[in-house]
Amino acid sequence: MMTYDELTDAAAEEIARQQGYHQCVRVCMAAGCLSQHHDAIKLALEQAVKDQGRAGEVQIKGVGCMGLCAAGPLVMVEPEGVLYERVSPEDASEIIAVLGSEPVQRLVCPTDVPFFERQVKIVLENSGVIDPESIEEYIAAGGYEGLNRALTELSPNEVIAELVRSGLRGRGGAGYPTGLKWSTVAKAISDTKYVVCNGDEGDPGAFMDRSVLESDPHRIIEGMAIAGYAVGANRGFIYVRAEYPLAIERLKLALRHAKRNALLGNNILGTGFDFNLEIRLGAGAYVCGEETALMASIEGKRGMPRPRPPYPADHGLWGAPTLVNNVETFASIAPILRRGGDWYASIGSETSKGTKVFALAGQIRNTGLIEVPMGITLTEIVHEIGGGTPNGRQVKAVQTGGPTGGCIPEAYFDTPVDYESLAKLGSIMGSGGMIVMDDSSSMVEVARYFMEFCMTESCGKCIPCRVGTAQMYRLLDKFSQGRATTADLDLLEQLCDLTLNASLCGLGQSAPNPVLSTLRYFRDEYLARLLPAEPALAPAPDSPAA
Amino acid sequence: MTKVSVATVWLDGCSGCHMSLIDMDERLIDLADQIDVVYSPLVDRKEYPDWVDVALVEGAVSSTEDFEKIKKIRAHTGILVALGDCAVAANVPAMRNPFKVEDVMARGYFETAAIQHQVPCEVVPGLLPVVRPIHEVVKVDVFVQGCPPSADTIHYVITELLAGRAPVLYDRTRPGA
Amino acid sequence: MATRSRIKTLKINGRDVSAHEDETILDVAMEHGVFIPTLCQIEGLTISGACRLCLVEVAGWRRLVPACATHVEEGMEINTDTERLRNYRRMIIELLFSEGNHVCAVCVSNGNCELQALAQRLGMDHVRFTNLQPVRLVDMTHDRFVLDRNRCILCLRCVRVCDEIEGAHTWDVKGRGSEARVVSDLATPWGDSATCTSCGKCVNVCPVGALVKKGRAIGEMVKRQDFLPYLSNMREVKK
Repeated sequence: MMTYDELTDAAAEEIARQQGYHQCVRVCMAAGCLSQHHDAIKLALEQAVKDQGRAGEVQIKGVGCMGLCAAGPLVMVEPEGVLYERVSPEDASEIIAVLGSEPVQRLVCPTDVPFFERQVKIVLENSGVIDPESIEEYIAAGGYEGLNRALTELSPNEVIAELVRSGLRGRGGAGYPTGLKWSTVAKAISDTKYVVCNGDEGDPGAFMDRSVLESDPHRIIEGMAIAGYAVGANRGFIYVRAEYPLAIERLKLALRHAKRNALLGNNILGTGFDFNLEIRLGAGAYVCGEETALMASIEGKRGMPRPRPPYPADHGLWGAPTLVNNVETFASIAPILRRGGDWYASIGSETSKGTKVFALAGQIRNTGLIEVPMGITLTEIVHEIGGGTPNGRQVKAVQTGGPTGGCIPEAYFDTPVDYESLAKLGSIMGSGGMIVMDDSSSMVEVARYFMEFCMTESCGKCIPCRVGTAQMYRLLDKFSQGRATTADLDLLEQLCDLTLNASLCGLGQSAPNPVLSTLRYFRDEYLARLLPAEPALAPAPDSPAA
Repeated sequence: MTKVSVATVWLDGCSGCHMSLIDMDERLIDLADQIDVVYSPLVDRKEYPDWVDVALVEGAVSSTEDFEKIKKIRAHTGILVALGDCAVAANVPAMRNPFKVEDVMARGYFETAAIQHQVPCEVVPGLLPVVRPIHEVVKVDVFVQGCPPSADTIHYVITELLAGRAPVLYDRTRPGA
Repeated sequence: MATRSRIKTLKINGRDVSAHEDETILDVAMEHGVFIPTLCQIEGLTISGACRLCLVEVAGWRRLVPACATHVEEGMEINTDTERLRNYRRMIIELLFSEGNHVCAVCVSNGNCELQALAQRLGMDHVRFTNLQPVRLVDMTHDRFVLDRNRCILCLRCVRVCDEIEGAHTWDVKGRGSEARVVSDLATPWGDSATCTSCGKCVNVCPVGALVKKGRAIGEMVKRQDFLPYLSNMREVKK
């Protein structure tokens, strides 16, 4: 049985071995860059090192996502801290040849820009830095220190108290206080309890969770093990969508490494605490990101939501109390345990603490993944970090929170990004997707696109969502074709109201958001597409009630 | 006292609603004191009048002729009553909607026809791609469900309109009644 | 059965009532003759909460709650019949009519149909939504029964009764959203089903003319649902 000290010793040895190298070339091996043949770049770099006889001095290391996907494939040279962008395998020998002297200027990506300087990395602290396939590197970076502290120094209640102090709120979208959720599950009396990680990231344009799972899988395992200890659960499930094969592969490897090092399984770190984790694959239904549908899916049933209450904390997997948190939430746990709840609470805004990861997509220069403190303004995110539109066009709006989020016009970009402020503007935090639209975007088309998504992803269980989204899509289609009437506009607004208030789960309840927010801020675009009003009918010469 | 002018119109329906109308029997005689039926399959007038106070329209909008007709009727009518399920919901005529018009024509005029295999192209108006209830084409003021609505229901609708009231129908009729 | 149940006092439509803590709002409303429309719910099967017709307002609660799936709480002030709820309910029925091929005039369940009765009771005089004209297949392969998916409203009573009472689980759902369809076994013809016991429970619980007996003409199909509470009660007693 390994103790934590033995683990850190082993990790220190690994680090010492790595420090034997003069230089380390980090190559992004996350899905975004891999899709541009980055594996070939890593092979070319290794070959170049061999060819140039520098095998003992230069280490080529595959790492996770570095964030600036728009400039990928990315390569980072340490200790100089030189970042190369848009690297191709042909550049490899040149990069290796100039190591230690002047960098290859045509490939250098400046890092003294807001995109890098304005970020605060907690969830992504290891992403793009460590090798996601090496548990030693994770431990050397302070990994499993939080779990060790929880198991050896704190009682379950003290762990929860730390979490409450941190002010962390659920990163899956709704922003429910995580400490409160944990304490509810902890208080539930049951022999069996479960911890579930929701990795069914289905929002178009969102890849926060995928990136964390690919770049730093141990962080999730550690967060879940701490959760298991805090709430009294010995078994957990990580629900990942099957469309993330690389994340699944790295997660599987991480689970094996964690078990081998007594960080999972029975008698973790010799403390007597047992915690076992299994991976469950989602089959592509968006609604399985809803926690009750997700649990039905884990149980082997059709993934359909059920009414809450009872909440999972009371009646979850197979009827047992179950803690369900999203990937990013679990990814925030270890740093909080390592550095304390007060430290975490010192970052962020009054009501929303800590940092949030966003996936920037759409008409924005710096497409990619960023982590920023809560309370930062949309202007800072879109214009400073994001660099504005790539073509210099005027930014029109940003849609936050995925397909069921609202579109916020540029006039409101000075709003701080936190759960309450976004809700006030008719949008949601959601899981952290941000889609930027420029002035060439038609907001009716935007609403129609997202309604089509919700219509095809509705599970079909409740009527307002199943038929309401289909009818709203029809009406939006009429607007799109310029065939709508004022009666259609009225029906559309009534359907939004019904679907929002009468749907069974969060999918239907938030499906009207893109329509409602565009009606609120860009109503003239809808009105411009109405059919000309029918000429008024001639009044009756006599009332029938003569 | 001026009589209220009434039209009855037959679009794509089975005429069952008109049968039900006639089923009012002797009550028709009482109504005749107050109304003038100025246009109807039951009276000999080919052109829709310039103004009609109340039009009772049976049937769905299925053909190009139905479409033109209902537009014209709407423009020259005070209160437009959708009479019966075909007018209100397109009903049986709409059961062809999941199929293409060509397929429907092929079925009707070739596959199931014993003689004279040809699609009528003159005089008979062409079918619209989709059969629609009246309110999807023009504004409807009163909806009377039923297949057909009973004579009592129709009598109630007419007498309420004559009294200047909006008929309340949910406890008198329903789809398929 | 619980040996001891606490009593809660609450208000329904301004009227003081008392109830056992394990009763739902719907139970209490029915006991006091307060009408709340339902469609997916049927006594004897698990609660689904899918049709949303039984949504009611509770004073001080942010969201509407399904009466079938919400237990009573002390001091609740419930409103079952407001203008807003009436609008929502009518709209839900309209949506159902717009989604399928519900031609009452030619349906074997005409006059004995829960959807038709609710449309009338909730005052739906026409459907404001364009019909979606779905392509839905009819399964006539069973010896004695017919599944006409055109008339199906996806209440899933058939799925539940087959699973929970008959124990066969012949029925389930395939597809998502408007494409969701009730299917037998692995979407194979009902007549070929190896699991179906031909007990007919699904036919009897179906609120509309989707699951019916063969050989019935228009308006002739009358369902019998009285067996259900009996069967589920017997099961409770045996436990």
